[in-house]
Amino acid sequence: MGRSLVAGLATALLVLMFVPFVTAQNSARTPSPASDVNSRLARLEQQAADAKSSADNAWMLTSSALVLMMTGPGLALFYGGLVRKKNVLGTMMQSFVLMAIITVLWGLFSYSLSFGSGNSFVGGLQNIFLKGVGAAPDADYAPTIPAQTFMIYQLMFAIITPALIAGAFAERMKFSAMLVFTVLWSVIVYDPMAHMVWGKGGLLNASLGGRFPTLDFAGGTVVHVTSGVSALVCALYLGKRVGYPKDQMPPHSVVLSFIGACLLWVGWFGFNAGSALAAGSLATSAFVATHFAAAAAAVGWAAVEWMRNGKPSVLGAISGAVAGLVAITPASGFVKPMPALAIGLIAGVFCYWMVAKVKAKFGYDDSLDAFGVHGAGGTLGALLTGVFAVSAVNPIFKDSQGNVLASGLLEGNARQLLDQLVGVGIAWCLGIVGTMAILTLVDVTIGLRVSEEEEVQGLDLSQHGEEGYYWEASA
Amino acid sequence: MTKIEAVIQNSKLEAVKTALQEIGVEGMTVLEVRGHGRQKGHTEVYRGREYSVDLIPKTKLEMVLAEAMVEKAVQAILGAARTGKIGDGKIFLSRVDEAIRIRNDERGEGAL
Repeated sequence: MGRSLVAGLATALLVLMFVPFVTAQNSARTPSPASDVNSRLARLEQQAADAKSSADNAWMLTSSALVLMMTGPGLALFYGGLVRKKNVLGTMMQSFVLMAIITVLWGLFSYSLSFGSGNSFVGGLQNIFLKGVGAAPDADYAPTIPAQTFMIYQLMFAIITPALIAGAFAERMKFSAMLVFTVLWSVIVYDPMAHMVWGKGGLLNASLGGRFPTLDFAGGTVVHVTSGVSALVCALYLGKRVGYPKDQMPPHSVVLSFIGACLLWVGWFGFNAGSALAAGSLATSAFVATHFAAAAAAVGWAAVEWMRNGKPSVLGAISGAVAGLVAITPASGFVKPMPALAIGLIAGVFCYWMVAKVKAKFGYDDSLDAFGVHGAGGTLGALLTGVFAVSAVNPIFKDSQGNVLASGLLEGNARQLLDQLVGVGIAWCLGIVGTMAILTLVDVTIGLRVSEEEEVQGLDLSQHGEEGYYWEASA
Repeated sequence: MTKIEAVIQNSKLEAVKTALQEIGVEGMTVLEVRGHGRQKGHTEVYRGREYSVDLIPKTKLEMVLAEAMVEKAVQAILGAARTGKIGDGKIFLSRVDEAIRIRNDERGEGAL
């Protein structure tokens, strides 16, 4: 009885409070001309667009930083720990120097060669010196972020790709030769491949009208297949390290590799989820797929090791995670979480087999398994993308009426597997031919390998005049 | 004067040091060494490649003692370092002609 009285009074009070307010509002509203409404609408639309742009830009700048972190310190530590201690600095430098060199090239002309509008194979020169790459978005690539953000994000991919190859020629290549090789490789192999898959009018571009639309969300073919295959060519061309495989060459610090691999895992969120080029639900989907694949691959590799050797190694678990991240890269923006788990698991087991069995059988000295992980895992991932891609995650293919078409094989688009094969095939061919040509050129001009004496001494001292670990009793 | 060199398991260093201090041994030199006797090494596997590690990390103690102390010290080391398994290490004894204290040129057992 008392309670309902209180409630009634409160309601009455509320009504009394708002009546004058509502009346005041009504009296203040004067008839306004239609143009005023239109301009207010336009202003609101602009504000909404600005808000979305700010959100997307924040994520893309974060992603750019994450991807740079994959090269240094991620890859530098991962590779640095795997070599003998006399080569730790030389190996880290091979990653770090590319953060500098490729950046310079990118600003001067490489961005234009990759993302300028050109022919089917390479971009034009209209964006050299970053001409026309400013605050205004490039609507073809990423309509909500400044073109400059897109440019700096893509640069981080151009940096890490040649850095991956270093795993194959570790511990024996001259620093000068490595510099010339990677600069030429970046221009001759990477830039055209990036243009073909992601550039306007590129032969393999899936969203901008390519002849063979290859699904490659974050660089399975562009980054991992090209670098991995080129790595194999390098390992074969340079030959084995002095003493391989007779001498023992265990990793000098799995601890460094462990830290590096964990940084790679985290950085890969920028690599894959950032490839949505916006902060929306596609980024989330790619983030989730990336994480699930890495986890499943770590389990896969470690489990096979456990069964075969009786012990699951730390190096195996982290190598597995990297293999899973490689394999999910092209698929990350096209697949659901459960297929991502499957892709990761398959990649973990497959890459273990490549590294532990196939390499031993053929006897090539891919020192840090750049081919076994990136070439093999990248190829596997690119093909599995054609199997597991679904339009529910990313409606990339549409007919002329705008109806969404099937993406991958399991959704009924069998042709996609063929297109994926074409994409992978082109990446393999470009990698093999380009790398062979560049290696030959560098070999006959300045020479590729350090002398045997320098190799025994180690790259740190012979190439850089430093030691990674300077421990003296008196120091 | 006799020099005792004892190669022991790394994990037994503290126990041996304590046992020697209890019987009055005042100085020793400890080295981290690698080596092997009859104890087999172990294998490590990195990405499917097997590496055999046959030089095993050990600890080596060196001390020079007056004759009266030698047998007591040997017993102390044996008591503290023995696990009964292969790999417990060895003790070597050898004669020492002279000992000289650098600080004051003192010689013989007084320098120990």
